[in-house]
Amino acid sequence: MPSLTVRQKLEILADAAKYDASCASSGATRASNGKGVGHSDGTGICHSYTPDGRCVSLLKILLTNFCTYDCVFCVNRVSSDIRRARFSVEEVVTLTLDFYKRNYIEGLFLSSGIIQSPDYTMEQLVQVAKTLRLVHHFGGYIHIKAIPGCAQRLIDDAGLYADRLSANIELPTQDDLVQLAPEKKATVIEGTMGQIADRKAEVDEDRRKLPSAPKFAPAGQSTQMVIGATPATDRDIIQRASTLYGGYKLRRVYYTGFSPYPEADTRLPLQATPRMREHRLYQADWLMRFYGFAADEIAPESDPELNLAIDPKLAWARRHPEFFPVDVNAGTREALLRVPGLGYHNVDRILRIRRYHKLSMEDLRKLHVRMKDVLEFVVTTDHLPVATLPFTTEQTDRETSDAEFAALPPAQPLAGLVAAQQMDLFAAAAQSAATGVL
Amino acid sequence: MSLLHALAERVTRVTVPPSFDAWRELARKALLRGLEPDSIDLADATVAAQADDLFGAVQTDASALDGPYAEMSQERPHVPRAFLDRAKLASYHRDPQRWNLLYRLLWRLQSNRDLMRIEVDHDVSAMLRLVQQVKRDEHKMHAFVRFRRIEGERGEEFIAWYEPAHRILELAAPFFAERFAVMRWSILTPDGSAYWDPELHQLQFGPPLDRTHAPAGDELETLWKSYYGSIFNPARLNPEGMRSHMPVKYWNNLPEVELLPSLLQAAEGRVESMISKQGGKPSAAPFVPHEHTLPVIQAALPTCRGCDLYEHAIQVVPGRGPVTADLVLVGEQPGDQEDKRGEPFVGPAGGVLRKALAEAGVDPDAVYMTNAVKHFKFVQRGKLRLHQNPRMSEITACKPWLMAELDALKPKLVVALGASAAKSLLGGTFALMRDRGKLMQANFAEQVMATIHPSAVLRGRDDAAREQLYRHLRDDLMLARQYLGAA
Ligand code: SF4
Repeated sequence: MPSLTVRQKLEILADAAKYDASCASSGATRASNGKGVGHSDGTGICHSYTPDGRCVSLLKILLTNFCTYDCVFCVNRVSSDIRRARFSVEEVVTLTLDFYKRNYIEGLFLSSGIIQSPDYTMEQLVQVAKTLRLVHHFGGYIHIKAIPGCAQRLIDDAGLYADRLSANIELPTQDDLVQLAPEKKATVIEGTMGQIADRKAEVDEDRRKLPSAPKFAPAGQSTQMVIGATPATDRDIIQRASTLYGGYKLRRVYYTGFSPYPEADTRLPLQATPRMREHRLYQADWLMRFYGFAADEIAPESDPELNLAIDPKLAWARRHPEFFPVDVNAGTREALLRVPGLGYHNVDRILRIRRYHKLSMEDLRKLHVRMKDVLEFVVTTDHLPVATLPFTTEQTDRETSDAEFAALPPAQPLAGLVAAQQMDLFAAAAQSAATGVL
Repeated sequence: MSLLHALAERVTRVTVPPSFDAWRELARKALLRGLEPDSIDLADATVAAQADDLFGAVQTDASALDGPYAEMSQERPHVPRAFLDRAKLASYHRDPQRWNLLYRLLWRLQSNRDLMRIEVDHDVSAMLRLVQQVKRDEHKMHAFVRFRRIEGERGEEFIAWYEPAHRILELAAPFFAERFAVMRWSILTPDGSAYWDPELHQLQFGPPLDRTHAPAGDELETLWKSYYGSIFNPARLNPEGMRSHMPVKYWNNLPEVELLPSLLQAAEGRVESMISKQGGKPSAAPFVPHEHTLPVIQAALPTCRGCDLYEHAIQVVPGRGPVTADLVLVGEQPGDQEDKRGEPFVGPAGGVLRKALAEAGVDPDAVYMTNAVKHFKFVQRGKLRLHQNPRMSEITACKPWLMAELDALKPKLVVALGASAAKSLLGGTFALMRDRGKLMQANFAEQVMATIHPSAVLRGRDDAAREQLYRHLRDDLMLARQYLGAA
């Protein structure tokens, strides 16, 4: 094979990486170290956007798209006739640094087809991260996709250099995996997730005793599943996600709608999963993580598929008229979070404002709440929805337990709003007063 | 009339330079004088003054606010931190009315200490909107600045030209100082420029400079564009999503956006061709008869158009051997000789195989021999037809024939000869040299095993290697015989 240029490899190996939904670069803070480029302030920055509407935040590539596995849903499986390429460790390191220095990217997301053995492959990935950190003192973001079934020692190493580790669960159910990824077993993947979670817990524990001890994957662990390649329902999917969140302390579950790709297996659908399905799943995910909903509430047994036409919160509200209306000026935080159209930032703002000022519909409009969404669900100083008169917020029968609400993130005060401190703007004035100018 | 009186009666216009501290100084004085927001116009110095003065404002310089303070001035003005922090952010906005807005808020705060908490208040929400827009612009600047590298007098230098929507250079620059502390860099904007010297370790600001002072390109941009063009999924086009996150006003500085028209245009075609390739994936399945008996299979074989290989080969080469065979040997594909004669294992590799079988004590006539791919694949070199390895897609396409044969035979043991056959039967992960000779469970036979292909013996590097490979083949076949004898 004639040897490929870096540019050709980049084209092949970025193309092969584009099915990975994760692009986040947030969640880890790393100060500039004075020896190499790079820092992250924890927020993550999208440096560009592509025509599919997704952001470019990281150099997202595969080390190689050669793979000895034959996962049906994957473009890199051994039986697909695609162009193959393999980067050297040095090539990836150089590309990352060069791109970073131009401010094109926040860092690197490196994954790989499985060559030789899981350990061998993982070793290579770790080598890239290690070279970036130790040789070039790179302070940017590094996300490594752990190779399922690799040795614990490699996971331990990877977590020292990477900000985030992920092990992709690939498909929602074990049955799907048997069908489409015969070499991958949920138990092996979850084993790797467990290795990451356990090691992180261990290191975090050590760090409580000795804060200067090195961090382990400070931005945590994530996973991805392909949706729409198999008949798994949305209920299957979000229940799976919810178990994974709980079991492995995942930071994020990414969903990537199946989309056709060259030479895909005939068992796969020819059509891309509607983007809306992905979107609804992410909304469901948010509801579970930030709004106190349980998986079962969002996709109950009687209604296992999310409604593509309306968002899952509205769908829940329609199923639970007895919960509404909620009084914006009196409802609890937990109740307000369940109102369609009220996002959690706005709920926090409402809670702050209403101590000083009773809110009207006009006020909600000023907070950019979508009137049409909240109309039938809230009471304000000047609004009472029709058809809901027999209920008040106190009488509503809550379906979620306290424990579920306890999982909510704490309220997030805006920086600077905390105390109404007197500032020194007028220090100069005080001085001039003292000198008798006044 | 005293000056104080004059100020109280007419609108006083003071121009404020684009600096929060300047406003702060003026606002302090105005507040201490008790100047109501309506009576003073804090005009933006960066905006040309209105020629006509509809309100009869008195243009004055800041010194007019000096002098004796009014009796009614506050003793201790109330300035909550929530206000101050946000006012500073809002001051970077280009809205020419921002200084008045901030002053009005400051004034109102004196009588309503909780004003900042009422986010729905007209003035408060106006300020918060400015703050948000400034923060967003700062974030976008962090994202969209593109450095270009040059070899300067002092070595490597990185220079960017950028046009922020608001006057945020001072706000946004420390981020770059932290992130690129070891690089020598500059950012030039229409409002000013920022420099970082890695040795001095100091951020410095200078005058505005236009884009001609920045390099026009960077050698790395080609690679960056290649990446950009490859990382998106054409099956999931969403240009509106892209535009909402990356508004067109920022496109000027982004080298990659020049690819957009062609990427968008090509996307549809790329998807269609993906689908047609996926849909039209080569497979023998439509040609394989439902009835799995050897005569039926062999009769159907010549009709196969499952992949392109049939076009060039002389004929299809079916398997050969008794229906009652306990042992099935699966090779890779017919070679030149086999293609000409229409029989498997009649060429040189067949010779090696027969010898090994005989030495292993297996009767060749009791064995069924076939290939994973049924057509010969070659390149023509003059008169020579050079064998070519089948591609995985061809192996996969042909697999239904092999499965039908095995179904008809129901053998006790299948031996895969060589990597292609092993991949076809055992999946892509199978590592031949590691796992050869191991008996494994299978659903198409009681057991399956893989070993060296006899042609590999012929291609061995030297005599020793050939000898070694041959022994592997023979030993594995011996193992097969023992297994069959025991079974
Ligand atoms: S292991 Fe499977 S999913 Fe991963 S690259 Fe290989 S074929 Fe694809």
